[in-house]
Amino acid sequence: MSDTREQIREDQILLECRGVHVYVEDKEIVKGVDLQVRAGQKAALMGPNGSGKSTFAAALMGHPAYRVEGEITLCGDDLTGLAPDERARRGLFLGFQYPVAVPGVTVASFLRAALSARLGRDVPVREFREQLFAAFDMLGVPKDFAGRYLNDGFSGGEKKRLEIMQMLLLQPRVALLDETDSGLDIDALKVVSAGINRAADPQTGVLIVTHYQRILAYIQPDVVHVFMDGRIVRSGGPSLALELEARGYDWLAEPVAASGSAAAKGKMS
Amino acid sequence: MTTERVRELNLDYEQKYGFADPEAFLHKSPKGLSHETVEMISRFKAEPDWMREFRHRALDTFLAKPLPHWGNQELLGAIDFADIHYYVRSTEESVNDWDDVPENIKRTFTRLGIPAAEQKFLAGVTAQYDSEVVYHSIRKDLEAMGVVFTDMDSGLAKHADVVRRYWASVIPPDDNKFAALNSAVWSGGSFIYVPRGVKVEIPLQAYFRINTQNMGQFERTLIIADEGASVHYIEGCTAPVYTTNSLHAAVVELIALPGARIRYTTIQNWSNNVYNLVTKRAHAHRDAVVEWVDGNLGSKLTMKYPAIYLLGERAHGEVLSIAYAGTGQHQDAGAKMIHAAPNTSSRIISKSISKDAGRAGYRGMIKVQRDCPGCRTSVECDALLIGSAARTDTYPTMEIAENDVRVEHEARVSKLGDEQLFYLQSRGLSADQARLMIVNGFIEPFVRELPMEYAVEMNRLIELEMEGSVG
Repeated sequence: MSDTREQIREDQILLECRGVHVYVEDKEIVKGVDLQVRAGQKAALMGPNGSGKSTFAAALMGHPAYRVEGEITLCGDDLTGLAPDERARRGLFLGFQYPVAVPGVTVASFLRAALSARLGRDVPVREFREQLFAAFDMLGVPKDFAGRYLNDGFSGGEKKRLEIMQMLLLQPRVALLDETDSGLDIDALKVVSAGINRAADPQTGVLIVTHYQRILAYIQPDVVHVFMDGRIVRSGGPSLALELEARGYDWLAEPVAASGSAAAKGKMS
Repeated sequence: MTTERVRELNLDYEQKYGFADPEAFLHKSPKGLSHETVEMISRFKAEPDWMREFRHRALDTFLAKPLPHWGNQELLGAIDFADIHYYVRSTEESVNDWDDVPENIKRTFTRLGIPAAEQKFLAGVTAQYDSEVVYHSIRKDLEAMGVVFTDMDSGLAKHADVVRRYWASVIPPDDNKFAALNSAVWSGGSFIYVPRGVKVEIPLQAYFRINTQNMGQFERTLIIADEGASVHYIEGCTAPVYTTNSLHAAVVELIALPGARIRYTTIQNWSNNVYNLVTKRAHAHRDAVVEWVDGNLGSKLTMKYPAIYLLGERAHGEVLSIAYAGTGQHQDAGAKMIHAAPNTSSRIISKSISKDAGRAGYRGMIKVQRDCPGCRTSVECDALLIGSAARTDTYPTMEIAENDVRVEHEARVSKLGDEQLFYLQSRGLSADQARLMIVNGFIEPFVRELPMEYAVEMNRLIELEMEGSVG
């Protein structure tokens, strides 16, 4: 890997966003976000559906449909303008909410290509198999998974396990996990959470994007950011997640809505 | 064509064409098609009267029949039948100069790692590619089992009875204009007879004894698997075949007698100046299985719809095809299944890839005749478009005259999608790697049916075709 884990100090800033705006065509979805993810940190980005948090995560990964303004750096490298694969090779990872099926391509051949890309060298079959089966065991996945076609006909739980398995295999610097907990039963949620906790070592940063507090019972976040209407409206410690659980998002929405309606009133008058 | 006219032609033949020493004389017929040309070909090959008369009748049919009124009218209308040599002796067919072979074809040869001698053969510079040594031992094994595997001309000379019995029994000359043309001027092709109960374990490949006649313009292949026999035949190769002869109109007839099994695999990669208008049809008798595995990568225009007539109870037919069309190519491919007996079953899987300004499609026909209960058929068409100018067409036809049948039809068109690309790229694969992986996945159901060496070459070829594509 181009980045060396040894050089990363705990608490060092890995991913940094400054004044990030994201547009789909001309519509502004993300409206100025400043965010840091540090080594050894588990951060949660929580917000209601439609707040733009998935768009934000995909834009960080370099999705071609989004136009981005602002600064995004990973371990000090400027990511803006880089293709998604270049971001991935530098150590950014996105766990998809809806992993995409690629019929005819086996899980094993895909993962070997991905690992070779991440390491910047061809990974020998034997070395690859060892790593792959270790990850399978970790996530309680049967070995015949390797020969199935990528996400093709997978259940929701299988897809999410595969996302986490990819994260374990590729050892990113920063993992963005978009709604990884959605569509999981409680057993699958436990397995997936264990995988995330394992990946979240002192050299790695994890940003969990979710609108439920549910997964945070298994993954203790160090910091919680509340994302509403394209902005981070509040950041706090783990207790903020519990408060959201108890009170919902509305109490945080009020100031935004109030200022919005005030502006609207201002316009009308 | 009347017999009188044939006789008339015969009268002055010696004087006119000097066939006293045919070996030394006829190398190439003059351009254009006439009864004289047909007579000349048949005489030169010293064929029996029935074959000569068959050719003349077929020529009349060809002249009387219009071009298909469907398909790519513009391209079909551009064929100049008067501007073709209808017979070229194999040694004389190697008229190409290596220097005239297009650079892109040479480059593909090199990158596929094809040996120099074979490159020259595929480019039509030499007439023979000597693989006789490999073939020899296989041929001895086959002979011991009573299997006949020979070129069509030798088949006609040495096994006249069998050939005559089955000749044109599956595809009569009046089937279509190009079948009529082939019937009139056919040359080369393979003849295979597998005796009762004999199972040929290794695929028979035209490649073993490849020469220009096998890959001629008007080759004619006849395969008969006797009761309970089985055979797999492979024609063509994945490397591009360059020819200056722009019309290829082959006829392939398969006969699977009760309980027999025939698989016929084709990989067609003609250079992009070729019209590939081929009629392929099989008869599957009681409990027989026929499979066409058909890959079309090259040519300017391909019109090919492998057909299976399910004539006996419980017969089963399958067509698995893939067509790849890049800019300047039209692959009009498909399949036909005729259920003419009860409890017969069929399956069609047709995959096509259209890239850039390429056009590929599926044209298919399923017929279930009356009083054929218990039939099952399924059709699956899957089109992949790469680039915004790519085009696909689907023309499915179903004629079901029986109530007790199960029919499934599924058609899908997908664009090589941004979401698939983004997913693969987010794991570190470059855009080119990602596209190639998606396309290879798409054709995987076809490739896995190919023998290993073909599968490997096929994947490499797709890789070359995909290079620098702008998805």
